[in-house]
Amino acid sequence: MSTFKFPPSITSRPVYGTLEPRSGKHHLMIADAEGAEALFDLVEKDPDLIAHAQIMYFPAADDTGYAEKLKAISPSKLYVGPSYSAAVPRLRRILQDAHMGLQVYLAGTEGLIGQAMSEATNAGIPHTAIQTEHRGSVARRMQCVHCKGITENVVTDPFTCSHCGLNLFVRDHYSRRIAAFQGVCVDAEDPGNVPPKRELYS
Amino acid sequence: MTIQFNDETFRDDYTFTNSERAIKRFPFPFHEDSYMYSVNMEQHQGGPEGSIYEKRFDVDEHYISEMKDRALVLDEDPLRCQSLPHMTLAGWDLLELIMVSKSEDYPDLFELHRDGNNWHWINKPLGIEQKFVFMDESTLPYGPMEYITRQTQGDFALLDQRDENLWMDAGMVTTQADWSLDFDIGMNFFEWHAPVPKAHEMGIFKRALKFLLNIQQGMPARRLNWTMTVNPLLDTSPENYHKWGAQKTTLTPENVGQKQYLRVELQTFFRLPRSNGMVFPIRCYLISLEDLVTIPKWGRRLHRVIRDVPEELATYKGFIDNRPLIVDYLSKFDDGAPTSDGVWPD
Repeated sequence: MSTFKFPPSITSRPVYGTLEPRSGKHHLMIADAEGAEALFDLVEKDPDLIAHAQIMYFPAADDTGYAEKLKAISPSKLYVGPSYSAAVPRLRRILQDAHMGLQVYLAGTEGLIGQAMSEATNAGIPHTAIQTEHRGSVARRMQCVHCKGITENVVTDPFTCSHCGLNLFVRDHYSRRIAAFQGVCVDAEDPGNVPPKRELYS
Repeated sequence: MTIQFNDETFRDDYTFTNSERAIKRFPFPFHEDSYMYSVNMEQHQGGPEGSIYEKRFDVDEHYISEMKDRALVLDEDPLRCQSLPHMTLAGWDLLELIMVSKSEDYPDLFELHRDGNNWHWINKPLGIEQKFVFMDESTLPYGPMEYITRQTQGDFALLDQRDENLWMDAGMVTTQADWSLDFDIGMNFFEWHAPVPKAHEMGIFKRALKFLLNIQQGMPARRLNWTMTVNPLLDTSPENYHKWGAQKTTLTPENVGQKQYLRVELQTFFRLPRSNGMVFPIRCYLISLEDLVTIPKWGRRLHRVIRDVPEELATYKGFIDNRPLIVDYLSKFDDGAPTSDGVWPD
């Protein structure tokens, strides 16, 4: 099961929908890991979409064949990359060439959706032309409020900042500009007293 | 009157003090014996003589020392002052608003001479004299927002208005009650207030935004907000929370009167003329409990407010663990007598 229903939260926390086919000459689909399933569902709703679709896909390390299946549905262009961050220059180039009316579909983890959303809006794609659907891991991309370093794929609360080593708790406060949630020192008032790690949403 | 400026610190040895005059004019925020959120906005068109409401930008005895503290914060962390590229015009609006207001309101301290776009600014307390060309950034040592807010007490959020919302797209934030400009920059009104408990459900932010969007030029508004801070620490930033957080655990029954401060923010809101943005100055006033209880009505009332404030709010404001100590201390100054309406001393 690749879908997860996030509990209600604060107003800065992103909410995700379900990808719906939109009319348009060009469709850019960006997905990671189980986000591929959202693309299959989307294409099933409108099989004509795929002929005008460019897909950028980032399989998980233990990919169970999503990349092959995406190839099989014959998008007009398919790029399978090792990581989102490696593909940023490519994405920027693609967005630079985007025509009016481009529809953007983002699917997968929150980190992928948030970062690609930020690139797309910076490139001038209107909010209204971007859809998102969360699939797969509930891992978060976290910014340490102290050292400003980003820790990817955080799945526990608290967690250790991969840059400065402080123990941080996971807030729901989210910055679209940074495409990350905020991590704040958990033992500032009682140094060393770090609560045991719990899996997010466990 | 001439202000005697204090030479004091807001960190390390904490030599900050309030004179008797500063205590008397402290913006005590509770108009009754209990507290809950409200859209407590009023016009910011002066106030009683000598009060902090009298001038558009209050200058008090802490001015010079606060500006030194700001410079120290910025030396350590330049991200406390940021401006997204489209906000430069609003920065000039702000520079003009402050220079004009201060030179009119405090002619003995500040002078502004204008000859077309050739401006001459004199800030006597800080010993600054600057000739520059208005709207020409290359003639100032910093961008316009940073230049003027290095010379003005309080934090500043510069807001862009679009899509029926306000966007925090620039700011100078070094005396904040635990929020990060670097994280919140670019957010809209609802997003940057997202972590505040209860107020969203109460519709506070919807009503506040509606009020703010309608503020006209020359018709500024104001409200007070408050929290509690251990030690007169201006820079209670999340960035440095891992450094200052442990200070919150140093309170004892013996030192709580000296070390626990009521922290009050005078928040004002001005429409800016060229950019149609807004500036949201957030001015921090600190008073130790020991000084506060010298006004008997305030001692009684603060005891009742702190004792009864909902747990969720005390947690959000960061004093839940110290509440018993604070309430114990304040209870000694509450004889149960009734208090008069309003914030002013009897």
